[in-house]
Amino acid sequence: MILVFCELKEGQLRKPSAEALSEGRRLADASGKKLGALFAGASCTGATEAAKYGADLILTAEAPTLASYSSDAYATVLADAVKAKGATVLMAAATAEGKDVIPRAAARLGAGYASDVTGLSMVDGKLQAVRPVYAGKAFATTTFATPVQVATTRPNVFPAAEKPGPGIVESLPAPTGDFKSMVKEILAKASGKVDLSEANIIVSGGRGMKDGANFKILEELADAIGGVVGASRAAVDAGWGLPHSMQVGQTGKVVSPTLYIACGISGAIQHIAGMSGSKFIVAINKDPEAPIFKLASYGIVGDLFEVVPELTKAAKALGIGSR
Amino acid sequence: MKILVTLKQVPDTETKIKVAADGRSLDPADVKWITSPYDEYALEEAIRIKERIGAEVIALSVGGDAVKDVLKNALALGADSAVLLRGEGQSDAFGVAQMIAAYVRDKGFDLILCGNMGIGGDNAAMGPMLAELLGVAQANVIVKLEIGDGTFRAEREIEGGSEIVEGALPAVISAQKGLNEPRYASLKGIMAAKKKTIEEIEAAPVTPGARISALALPPQRPAGRKLEGEPAAQASSLLQALKDEAKVF
Ligand SMILES: Cc1cc2nc3c(=O)[nH]c(=O)nc-3n(C[C@H](O)[C@H](O)[C@H](O)COP(=O)(O)OP(=O)(O)OC[C@H]3O[C@@H](n4cnc5c(N)ncnc54)[C@H](O)[C@@H]3O)c2cc1C
Repeated sequence: MILVFCELKEGQLRKPSAEALSEGRRLADASGKKLGALFAGASCTGATEAAKYGADLILTAEAPTLASYSSDAYATVLADAVKAKGATVLMAAATAEGKDVIPRAAARLGAGYASDVTGLSMVDGKLQAVRPVYAGKAFATTTFATPVQVATTRPNVFPAAEKPGPGIVESLPAPTGDFKSMVKEILAKASGKVDLSEANIIVSGGRGMKDGANFKILEELADAIGGVVGASRAAVDAGWGLPHSMQVGQTGKVVSPTLYIACGISGAIQHIAGMSGSKFIVAINKDPEAPIFKLASYGIVGDLFEVVPELTKAAKALGIGSR
Repeated sequence: MKILVTLKQVPDTETKIKVAADGRSLDPADVKWITSPYDEYALEEAIRIKERIGAEVIALSVGGDAVKDVLKNALALGADSAVLLRGEGQSDAFGVAQMIAAYVRDKGFDLILCGNMGIGGDNAAMGPMLAELLGVAQANVIVKLEIGDGTFRAEREIEGGSEIVEGALPAVISAQKGLNEPRYASLKGIMAAKKKTIEEIEAAPVTPGARISALALPPQRPAGRKLEGEPAAQASSLLQALKDEAKVF
């Protein structure tokens, strides 16, 4: 069996989880295996949505003790489910929770782990992964030496294709007892917008924005085209009040949106490392020699303070929004 | 309080990646090696805890002679002692976690600090794997850390915000940018480090997890084009192109 750990948000399957499930279905078909979707929490209402993406089996570990995320408790749920079902592949999306729990579960299972993968295949019944290394400056084909193989899938890379499966629900025992650590509180950012790592369109600003307050014009463009705003490290470190969570690059977020619009960003190697996986790249820069143009699908040489508002205006006129 | 800081030596972020003749590793020619930036936050945090409440800080790195540079730097910054675990430090996270776990066991560490990711390998896995192998608590991608009496309280970055994780010590905590601003080594620190020795230990044998069987450069991006004209004209050609050619909208 291929087992995919899935996350619910407000009772709905998170998109990165749907992508991982969908890829799991493809791998299960390719290797004649069954696909299981695994959920944990105080309530797993909404887990049945996994059937839409081809789950043969939907496993739920429901208990009041699992209401808050706990690395060790969740790792126990995952590892126990793998053992109970004799699964040979464990997957999840490379979300904050996935990246926290999956390596812990892998170590419990004595299994090799490939994180943040962008390609998966089954070779002789075993998982094989392709993953970006050196922040996307190279890709590593990764093979496993262990009977159980574990991977997390990078959000926004694998399509979430609907393919109905039987989705038979089975409940699992939940761990009890002392957990070593637990989430006590969630401090949400006010905006409520999707995270950069999951965004389909990103409008990013660099040192060329000159001031944090000027990011307002990027917000306006992002709102008009259904995107979210990111930044270069130079902008984040400039003391303009931009949080590090906005930083794109080798020491920030690595993103792979459909569209990345870089405004006043020169294209330093560490920035490119974080966004070169974008499908389309637009560069707006007044310096025609800026390295970012080497990467750009579309380049605009000009003053961003003139071009960006025009883009917002034109987008509104054309009635463009997110798909 | 006894704190271990694990440090990984990685290629500088400026490195132009070339694939070695074996087709599966990085060509080491012209590569400048540095301490992984996230590990610097981990070390700085350990030194700050030491300054605040008193602690013994031990720096550890897995590798060969080359990683002594990383350890010397850690000693200059304020680590009390350093351990070189002789073993394959660039290989898979599971192997490295096992080596470090074998060293750590029964040494009475209260806290193990590491970077949330070793840049280059980009696995972000060693910390949680180590925590599991040691059977202790973990908190990853931490931007704030408070140490209590046998407990910790950490703020960790998640999608769209952060969350507060509380747990028991000992624990493995992995640092994110924003946790602190690392200091530079002082002349006094550098001089003091010269007198400290690096303990060398042969790493325990491990069960391998995953290995890289091929390394390749990303495919070339198709050539792009520049959009000409006044800002308004550039803006409308861009949106047309994104709509009709790229089909983004
Ligand atoms: C260890 C390490 C890690 C790093 N990690 C990251 C990372 O994760 N992410 C990251 O982004 N960087 C990172 N950096 C920093 C990186 O090297 C660059 O310094 C940084 O990306 C530069 O940001 P920038 O492009 O915004 O600024 P600059 O390089 O200063 O570029 C500003 C650009 O704005 C243009 N401009 C100015 N005014 C206008 C205008 N009115 N209209 C249009 N264009 C204008 C200029 O022509 C210029 O090209 C890292 C560096 C190191 C050493």
